[in-house]
Amino acid sequence: MVTLFTLTLLGAAHAATPKDTLVVAKNIEDIVGLDPAEAFEFSSAEVVSNVYQNLIQYDVKNPNKVVPGLADSWTVAADGKSITFQLKPSAHFASGNDVRPEDVLFSFMRVVKLNKAPAFILAQLGWTPDNIGQMVRKTGNDSVTISWSGDFGAAFVLNLLAARPGSILDEKLVTQHQKGADLGNAWLNQNSAGSGPYKLKLYKPKEVVVLEANTTTPVGAPATRMVLIKNVVEPATQRLLLESGDADIARDLGPDQLTAMKARADIRVETYPQAAVHFISFNQKQEKLRNPAVWEAMRYLVDYDGIANRLLKGQMKVHQAFLPEGFPGALKETPFKYDPEKAKAILSKAGVKDLSFDMDVINAPRFMDMAQSLQASMAKGGVKLNLLSGTGSQVITRYRARKHEAIMLYWGPDFFDPHANAKAFAYNVDNSDGNYQSTTTWRNAWAVPQLSSKTMTALKEKDPTARATAYQDLQRDVQQSSPIVVMFQEQSQVALRSNVKGYINGLTPDFVLYDKVVKQ
Amino acid sequence: MMRERSKLARLIMRTGQGGLSIGLTLLGLLLVTFLIARVAPIDPVLKVVGDKASKETYEAVRREMGLDQSLPVQFARYLKSVVSGELGTSTSTGQPVMDDLLRYFPATLELSTIAILLGVLLGIPLGIWAACRHNRWQDQLIRAVSLLGYSVPVFWLGLVALLVFYAKLGWVSGPGRLDDVYQYTIESWSHFALIDTLRSGDMSAFGNALSHLVLPASLLAYFSLAYIARMTRAYVLEELSKEYVTLARVKGASEWHILWRHVLPNLRGPLLTVSALSYAVLLEGAVLTESVFSWPGIGLYITNALFSADMSAVLGGTLLIGICFVLLNSLTDTLSRMLDPRTR
Repeated sequence: MVTLFTLTLLGAAHAATPKDTLVVAKNIEDIVGLDPAEAFEFSSAEVVSNVYQNLIQYDVKNPNKVVPGLADSWTVAADGKSITFQLKPSAHFASGNDVRPEDVLFSFMRVVKLNKAPAFILAQLGWTPDNIGQMVRKTGNDSVTISWSGDFGAAFVLNLLAARPGSILDEKLVTQHQKGADLGNAWLNQNSAGSGPYKLKLYKPKEVVVLEANTTTPVGAPATRMVLIKNVVEPATQRLLLESGDADIARDLGPDQLTAMKARADIRVETYPQAAVHFISFNQKQEKLRNPAVWEAMRYLVDYDGIANRLLKGQMKVHQAFLPEGFPGALKETPFKYDPEKAKAILSKAGVKDLSFDMDVINAPRFMDMAQSLQASMAKGGVKLNLLSGTGSQVITRYRARKHEAIMLYWGPDFFDPHANAKAFAYNVDNSDGNYQSTTTWRNAWAVPQLSSKTMTALKEKDPTARATAYQDLQRDVQQSSPIVVMFQEQSQVALRSNVKGYINGLTPDFVLYDKVVKQ
Repeated sequence: MMRERSKLARLIMRTGQGGLSIGLTLLGLLLVTFLIARVAPIDPVLKVVGDKASKETYEAVRREMGLDQSLPVQFARYLKSVVSGELGTSTSTGQPVMDDLLRYFPATLELSTIAILLGVLLGIPLGIWAACRHNRWQDQLIRAVSLLGYSVPVFWLGLVALLVFYAKLGWVSGPGRLDDVYQYTIESWSHFALIDTLRSGDMSAFGNALSHLVLPASLLAYFSLAYIARMTRAYVLEELSKEYVTLARVKGASEWHILWRHVLPNLRGPLLTVSALSYAVLLEGAVLTESVFSWPGIGLYITNALFSADMSAVLGGTLLIGICFVLLNSLTDTLSRMLDPRTR
């Protein structure tokens, strides 16, 4: 030990991060794949957003609106069943290859054919491996026409195309590297073939993602040449790296660490609302949790302010509707406050006595903190809450099998359209066990024929104002009477070295953008 | 000639028995870990398809993973693939598990080998010294230091060490195996940072790799040292209380002579076992140390795999650790027999 110490003392321990390199300390262990047809996790989503472009993309400043991406204009057909996109004539990929209509068809075709986790987003357009050749057609040297078979408006289609699986890939490059029928999937999990501001230079699973500037991107070369997203699991370690200047951004600090950071002049903490909403829900297969009076009482047994402001110190914001703030039609009303006496009165009036139930919860610190607070606040209302903690995989396995009594979990929309959450919280037309659905309604065995019908009506509505109103109505229905108690909207608190400017962290991981970052 | 033949026969028989014993141990290990993985209340398909995939995708992947087969069929298929060197693909990294193990294990091997060398070189002399100074202040000091090493959570001590020596004093490098300026310029040839940096000829990179090793290796060395010193002290004290030591003292032998000529030769076997056990524990992956220091080793790999229901990775990692244990045990047995005639 003595020798080692002596040896290392001879050399400088700290090597400052180069000025043209941004080092981000983050837990990236959730990454399964970086192929846009497979990427479906928070960390992979933000890599894809920085590496690829879509035909159209969400406006960073106003995500409710789509703006040109690789297409500079588009026209909706008179019958409302197809859109023709004009590609930017000068656009090309990082490889130097031009962006062609064939690349668009190839990109969408491989999502549908590979049928990985995010494929369902495009499959909503009625696309299948058999019909994709007809649904996406080259209609000119620089134009491509996209058709769909569902009964919904072009606004919804545009939102789907701007989502991650709508990324446009360089067909010529990918096909050079495909193995068997994998359509380049294995290669794309280690390399990139996009036109975004960065190229994937290196990915070492559970170690690092290195992005290198693509100076020829149509969106303009990024200011920072290299972005290193280092896998640092421990928040305490992230803090040390940031404080020592070995990292420029720390993404996963806890409330107490962030409080300590706020006192430092060389570091600043920024808060960004996130699209994930956190809720508790009650499985309707459990007789004792079917009484609507139980659902109502529970809404008064959550210490909303205590959890959001005192316990998690701003990492959650009180939010009681299924559409997160920032989405079109999001309901901002928060009619429920912690009131154990009122909850007791509701339960007593309904004849509910000695209510006790189990709640599944992920055993990560933040979830456990919230769950313990719920345990205490419910006890004051005469309800006994037993916590069943487990790993994320364990908890979700039970949830999928509808074996839980109650669960505390979160839901992040899969694409930037209100239907993404409406379908999850207000749609369930077949509640049978064999009809597995990845929605909170089905997983809690809550059959909602009327709400389902309203959900589909809202989807078909073409007028944006009327559509937003329809979603607000749906949210009120779920907010007032459902076995799902939405409590919070997540807020991401990021600590940055004070010389780091231009970092963008939007509502979803698709809006975590590094290309405007400069280190002053 | 006859004696030589019988010696050879005994050697062949012993090797055969050893091989059979190792094979059965590994088979048992595979069976137990396989069953634990399969009966755990975790759905491995979820990790591949995500929580929101369609029912069709989910079922297709389930079939692809062979999870629609009966348990004996699944185990037989797993055994067959293990025997052919195929450990499956990790759902967390998307890489073949064998490739992952070859990449992650050197990180642990490098760290734990340095730690155990330090632990043995310091722990055994400290244990002997404590025993020789039984109940004096030196003994009490060594006992206190080793007790601390034994009882303080490694996680906490790691963070404190990082805070003091890395963040405040800046004497050593922080988490990870290399600074960013070297990490992506040095070719990963052997996956041992010290070897790769030496091979590159860049001595500042070598110094940097060494600097990154200091804290985690010292920390692990401290925990090994604590265990080895305590065990050594106990063995020496026990030996010193035996009759042959008393007899040697009566005969006028010096304490130094008794220790070097009588006690320590008798303890070669037990001390070897203690050191090997300690090494095996380190190789198993000092999970918390690897986590605190962002050290991409096997312990962290298996833990993460467990949390994310990546069963191919869990089974592959467990098999590797099992092989390490079995090999270390066999090696220790053989060396003990060579060093201590009483155990032959």
